[in-house]
Amino acid sequence: MPKKKIAVIGGGIAGMEAAGQLAAMGLEVSLLEKGNILGGHVANWHHLFPDGKLAKEIIAQLKSGVQDKVDIHFGAEVYKLQKSNNYFTLNLTDGQNIEADAILVATGFDLFDASKKEEYGYSIYDNVLTSADLEEKFNSGKVLKTSNGAIPHKIAFIHCVGSRDEKVGNTYCSKVCCITAVKQAIEVKKIIPEVEVYCFYMDLRFFDRYFEDTYFEAQTKYGIQFIRGRLSEASEDMNGAIILKAEDTLIGKPLKLTVDMVVLMVGKVSSTGTQELSKRLSIQLDEDRFIKTLDSHTLFNFSNKEGIFVAGTCTGPKTITETIADARSAAMQAASYLRNNSFSENNSK
Amino acid sequence: MNSEAKKTIWKNYQKEIADDNYFYLRSCVRQNFFPGAEPTFLRIMKEELQKDIYEDPGHTTCTGIGYHTDIVPFETTMTIVARQFALMTSHGYKNLVPSCITSFGLYSEVIDTWNHHPEILKRIRQNLKKATGREFEIPKNLAHSSDIIYKFRKEIAAKAKYKLINSNTGEPLKVVEHIGCHYSKMFPSKGVGGAEYPYVLVGMIESWGGELIDYPERRHCCGFGFRQYLVQANRGFTFACTKKKFESMEPYKPDMIITNCPGCPMFLDKGQYAISELEGKTYGQDGMGIPVFTFEEVAGLIMGYDPWDIGLQVHQISVEPLLNKMGINYDPEKKYLGINGKYLGKPVSPNVLKTCC
Amino acid sequence: MPEWGYKININNQIDLDFNDKKYLQKLIESEPSVKSCFACGTCSGVCSAGNFTQLSLRKIIALVSRSEIQDLSKELSKCMLCGKCTLVCPRGVNTRNFILSARKLLNDIEIAK
Repeated sequence: MPKKKIAVIGGGIAGMEAAGQLAAMGLEVSLLEKGNILGGHVANWHHLFPDGKLAKEIIAQLKSGVQDKVDIHFGAEVYKLQKSNNYFTLNLTDGQNIEADAILVATGFDLFDASKKEEYGYSIYDNVLTSADLEEKFNSGKVLKTSNGAIPHKIAFIHCVGSRDEKVGNTYCSKVCCITAVKQAIEVKKIIPEVEVYCFYMDLRFFDRYFEDTYFEAQTKYGIQFIRGRLSEASEDMNGAIILKAEDTLIGKPLKLTVDMVVLMVGKVSSTGTQELSKRLSIQLDEDRFIKTLDSHTLFNFSNKEGIFVAGTCTGPKTITETIADARSAAMQAASYLRNNSFSENNSK
Repeated sequence: MNSEAKKTIWKNYQKEIADDNYFYLRSCVRQNFFPGAEPTFLRIMKEELQKDIYEDPGHTTCTGIGYHTDIVPFETTMTIVARQFALMTSHGYKNLVPSCITSFGLYSEVIDTWNHHPEILKRIRQNLKKATGREFEIPKNLAHSSDIIYKFRKEIAAKAKYKLINSNTGEPLKVVEHIGCHYSKMFPSKGVGGAEYPYVLVGMIESWGGELIDYPERRHCCGFGFRQYLVQANRGFTFACTKKKFESMEPYKPDMIITNCPGCPMFLDKGQYAISELEGKTYGQDGMGIPVFTFEEVAGLIMGYDPWDIGLQVHQISVEPLLNKMGINYDPEKKYLGINGKYLGKPVSPNVLKTCC
Repeated sequence: MPEWGYKININNQIDLDFNDKKYLQKLIESEPSVKSCFACGTCSGVCSAGNFTQLSLRKIIALVSRSEIQDLSKELSKCMLCGKCTLVCPRGVNTRNFILSARKLLNDIEIAK
């Protein structure tokens, strides 16, 4: 009996894990990545929370699951998809066409475009960065310096940039930014021990194992200051330093602080890839523009279309652990579906 | 600072500004405190740009000050606004150009209210009909007079005799721009450039040769307010805001301030006097303060109009040092001469602030 | 000279650029556990004195963290050292020693003057 075929769209960690598991279960897997490398956003990260593990180790592990076991396409976007009889035909921008009995969408997220928060001056003030920019600096191994080439004395991390904000159309919480802020704050303190670090937050979300411990360590071992107050406005002074205005809500007074560098913790938004593909495949999105799953408790790997499964952050913000678990779950569901070759809500439970 | 990146933001906030056939509505404060500004604007519109701009002598205050101080109820304000629109309609105009920023904000707010609540619009139509027998149409285009000058800034630059440069050194003048709160903070999409980096005055400064100063408290309110300053005891609050702005812009050594709201220059100009008397502090060069202008005055200056025709003699902060910097020809002797050369009298000199002549 | 009838209002912003951090640094050295405070307010809720005065240890720790110590002596004098706050703190802050150290350091400043 010929092997069942599945196309995994998206070569980030969800796509890689799902593809690897599906191949290990004996299916013929195509992994479609529109860029040139595998690993998605995680490929840009340095140390991961909560334990400091290097992102490249995770990527290497996932790669071993797909290298020579999965048909990987780079520079391949799906520009046309048809379903006839019981299989899908996908037309790719790399010139190839593939057939699949099922599809797994793992098209991930984009980071919020911080320049949309005009009052924070991203791309206008030289010393305002995003968390992604800072991570790139960690990865490059170069000394952390301001735009004037000086070592920063004070750095501020701003939580909830582009999340929990109706002005930019994203009212949800992006989940991982709080722990990332604390991780990066500690990393900055390790690189520059004398630097004063401030975190401006509305609420602190340390929901997973070891997160609260990281917060405790940030406060006690590293002396990082936490100010409960959302950044209202940033302006630049004559020397390129950034003047911050917030309310210290626990005291009930407005507060002013000048720092040498500001790091905006940008949230996750549904990627343009997810939205375009969903439109093409008539996959339903929810109001937050992430893919709507059939049931958030038990059917979180099913889209509204038969034969099209979903995994990873295309269905909402997740940690790496959650993404990998979700990808494994999706692989299992897809494989199960392909064995039975028919779909009904009863079968999937 | 990467000023180029601001252009992306400005692109997102483009508004439609009508190009002719304007119905002009004057400003209570601007007429009284800067009497040369509006005639200068009209002169530029009619003589330099050959535009059709008309004002009905029967138009009134928009009641913005009264509304914002809780003296005039919103229902009354909306009816008076409706009457202004009725005057516009009766003369066949569709493009409304208020001189005052508060009026601009108020008309935007009233129109927005009527868009969301057609039942209120119906009621106001009835109110106006009963009170005056008039009927009105909502203006097709609503633009502030600074939007109009912004639209034609390049044409004005082409005809201009002077530029915003220091004629001795050839360097561009350092210009601070101040936007009235009711221009874009209420409806960012109705302001050129939006609320964070408004472009309406920046565009003028760029086209007229000046250098923009962006300082930390640029977006801060000048402190005018309305509801608080009518009571004398509250004015310390107003001047605390004004002082904050000056403290913030001082290190950048600006040569001048340009505003588009009529109230803001009143407080930025006269506020420097109040701050000097109350706390002994002055800003600008030689204790003479930083001169404050409205955009019409600056447009008139670069066109080469006589500074005394523009009405600059009524400014608290002496403008002569700047006129000299720009190399503008003017007759200092004529400063306090009125029509037919009649001597109008000189103001008393302040105690701390230094004035010219 | 006209009768102005008003004075220019004072800025009530907490100015973290201006505030002197020496007192805070000394206090943290005396009682490092205060660094882990996360402003839950359990201490203030159970405070004996807090029922009858404005005393709020949560607020005092927040103000001291910003080096806003203008009224600190007066506030600290309201504490009866009953120890209820130490009993309930989920972070294990030694609130008793914090208050005693805070008082002592303020005294040292007074004596130095």
